[in-house]
Amino acid sequence: MSDLYAWAAIGLVSLASTTGDVLLSYSMKRVGDVGDLWQRCGVFAVASRVLTTPTFALGVIAMGVAFYSLLFGLSWGNLSLVAPASASLTFVLNAVAARVFLHEHVGRRRWMAALLVAAGVLLMAI
Amino acid sequence: MTFRKYLVLAGVAVFATVGDSLLARGMKGLGNVNVSLHDLSGLLLAILNPWVAFGILLLLAFFSCYIVALSWADLTYVLPATSLGYVLVALVAHFGFHEVISWTRWLGIGLIAAGVGFVAAGPSVTPSYPGEIPDVPSRTVFPEAKL
Repeated sequence: MSDLYAWAAIGLVSLASTTGDVLLSYSMKRVGDVGDLWQRCGVFAVASRVLTTPTFALGVIAMGVAFYSLLFGLSWGNLSLVAPASASLTFVLNAVAARVFLHEHVGRRRWMAALLVAAGVLLMAI
Repeated sequence: MTFRKYLVLAGVAVFATVGDSLLARGMKGLGNVNVSLHDLSGLLLAILNPWVAFGILLLLAFFSCYIVALSWADLTYVLPATSLGYVLVALVAHFGFHEVISWTRWLGIGLIAAGVGFVAAGPSVTPSYPGEIPDVPSRTVFPEAKL
């Protein structure tokens, strides 16, 4: 039973954090290079520019969902399963989502990286 | 990619891993948090645990570095960098505290390092399809934001 909860948490964490990552990446690409903006217009301009991007708020909400699911998952399930399994799954889901929704050029190099890192994160937890 | 940008990526890796470890440590100490829609107090009280509180602080630092990195690099470029933290922690545990690291963990370290290397050797940002993310005014100077 606690296994079921753990896997439910893993699924929820991965989905929510992928959604959050995609929304945040999209928002920050619209904001543009924060370093440049900071030098030109100051820190308040950066903050207001970021905070008034609607998709940014959605991304933060999705990240919040992921964060709290992880908290639940960590207290319910096996610590050594929940954290690495959801991290690992997130890398793969993100590579797919970045290609589909952000139209990043996920070439062979980046696919290899996503899979290698996902496998590595899992292995480190064994 | 400038030195400062690599520093931001290093912040992403370090803050995420240390923050996660502190959170995990704190939540373990709390035991099972009973969760029901009517009683969220257990979850809110979790924030009062010093390990959890400091973990959250570091995760906020991670989040700042993360969104800064996302403003000039692809998601698929920034993400692998976050996993470098696991490698750092394992290396510190081994060479700093002389912990024994199993061969599966060494293999994991190798895979992560290889994956990050793969991405880092390529461009940090790839062009989006024409017209996808429109050329928003933010990419130019905004006079109204002068402070």
